[in-house]
Amino acid sequence: MTAASNLKLREARAKKIRQFITPEGVDLELKIASAGLRLGALVVDLTLIVVALLVFSFLIAWVGVGSKSDIAYVVWMLGFFALRTFWFIGFELGQRAATPGKRLMGIRVVARDGGRLTADAVVARNLIRELELFLPLMMLGNGISEDAISGWTVLAGVLWSLTLSLFLLFNRDRMRMGDLIAGTWVVMAQRVKLDADIGVAGDQMGAIAFTEAELSVYGIFELQELERVLRARDARAMREVADTIRAKIGRPVAEEDDVFLLNYYRQLKARLERKLLFGKRREDKYASD
Amino acid sequence: MTPPATPAPVVAAPAFSTGRFRAEREADWIAFDLLLTKLEKKGAKALTSDELLQLPLLYRATLSSLSIARATSLDKALLDHLEALSIRGYFLVYGVRETRWSRVRRFFLYDWPAAVRSVWKETIVIALIIILGALTSYSLVAHQPEWYFNFVPEEMAGGRDPRATAEYLQSTLGHGKAAGEQESGLHVFATFLFTHNSQVSILSFALGFAFGVPTMMLEYYQGIGLGAMLAVFANKGLGFDFGGWLFIHGTTELFAAALSGAAGLRIGTAVVFPGARGRLEAASDAGRTAGKVMVGVILMLLVAGLLEGFGRQLITDTLLRYGIGTLMLLFWLAYYYVPRREDVT
Repeated sequence: MTAASNLKLREARAKKIRQFITPEGVDLELKIASAGLRLGALVVDLTLIVVALLVFSFLIAWVGVGSKSDIAYVVWMLGFFALRTFWFIGFELGQRAATPGKRLMGIRVVARDGGRLTADAVVARNLIRELELFLPLMMLGNGISEDAISGWTVLAGVLWSLTLSLFLLFNRDRMRMGDLIAGTWVVMAQRVKLDADIGVAGDQMGAIAFTEAELSVYGIFELQELERVLRARDARAMREVADTIRAKIGRPVAEEDDVFLLNYYRQLKARLERKLLFGKRREDKYASD
Repeated sequence: MTPPATPAPVVAAPAFSTGRFRAEREADWIAFDLLLTKLEKKGAKALTSDELLQLPLLYRATLSSLSIARATSLDKALLDHLEALSIRGYFLVYGVRETRWSRVRRFFLYDWPAAVRSVWKETIVIALIIILGALTSYSLVAHQPEWYFNFVPEEMAGGRDPRATAEYLQSTLGHGKAAGEQESGLHVFATFLFTHNSQVSILSFALGFAFGVPTMMLEYYQGIGLGAMLAVFANKGLGFDFGGWLFIHGTTELFAAALSGAAGLRIGTAVVFPGARGRLEAASDAGRTAGKVMVGVILMLLVAGLLEGFGRQLITDTLLRYGIGTLMLLFWLAYYYVPRREDVT
């Protein structure tokens, strides 16, 4: 990895981050949800809707056969309409502002201006869905069922509606047409569990003392990659990383990999954090100390 | 707040260490996490008054922890956790200001009529377009009945075309017993119409995004169908009866159709002519107003569906039908446009 690719990686991450300042003056740094996650959420939701509809249909059929009236059919039509129109609206009006699919993907809807997500915004963004989702399907359905329309007309229709559906790929904020209209965003809202602190020297490990020179080869980026490896606890990855570090600072293989890495991590972290207190932030190993 | 159980810090050396920072504040974060989970699962009612008082305190404590951690700590797991916790907290603390019930009440009393009032210009435009559509097809069909087949698809007409006899047309208006035979199918028909019309309205709203042009076309087309039908009946001397058949639910339904078109048009014009604001801002302002109008439209269509399915079949007197239709129109007009004292919130 070179300095440039390192920088690019960090910039790509920063591109997804939007400033979002609370009234208390803290920037929450919301991350825009990726198109893939949103597609995943949509697929989950549509699957759930279809399953709900099937269950509902069976229930109605079962009751309907018993009572022998049209009421069952009426209930079915209303249920279908409600499910299709209000599934998204109903869930997004809740506390979590997310449908089950969105919850599963760890994303949620928020108002772009930082204010409260209002009911009218939720309604507007989801009614536009009709245009993005059902129109292309309708066009396709029409094209298949009716030979009368020429193939080209159908194709034009499908293409036109696809540009509507894929609108979110063409803007930085990954806004759907509906997001644009309603003034909303879809952002990451994952729950992150608080892991144990691996930075504190809790148990008595044979403390290996690293010299200042040995610690000064890495920056924050490498420290956090090391933390990731340590938390994952994969023996092969640890071996690889430990060997790289040993080669870099010129130490012989003397300790167990995990002991070595843990000690190196703690001392590197302590050193970098001490520098932070003095206002010196070293992003990665290519930055000057 | 319960004082956090502080385990004796292990590292004694520096005056400030991130390990100690975490040990001192961790209890607050855990308490806040538990409170949020409870709030998300069961709503504000599940919290005791004590917990409600603690919520903002813990929220601010977490935010301040986040600020400190960003400036001093390099523990990625800790930073991520605090960030996620703060985001969850922010949306809950600033999200729950109103109960669902008061939201609903405010919507019906103020928001809905206010939104409809604010699109009055667009409503007039769309209404004129529908009328224009109706006049076009009416004049064409009245003079040359063959035109009818260009406007109304055969299967939709159900035999109501220029070739039909006056008696048959009369019977389709639901006078006398002729229509009584299909009474069992009525509510099915009404439901179908409601869901179908709602879908068309939603589409005409959504299409407004494309600068409002498709919306206007859709509304014009609605007028076309109406005018052609009217001409067929008028040619057989049934214009007055047909009017009553249409009027009882038509005032509500066409009003709703006009409003959905107006909502779409509002978005279209906001995108084309954003004015002094940014285009995005203008679009989202318009979108919110239009969203409120659309909820109203669907409710209106539900009323229209009920009037059509039940009112029209039970009331066969033409004058009475006109009366009910007029009453409904007056009701909607009064509800939307009569000025009232609003609470300024």
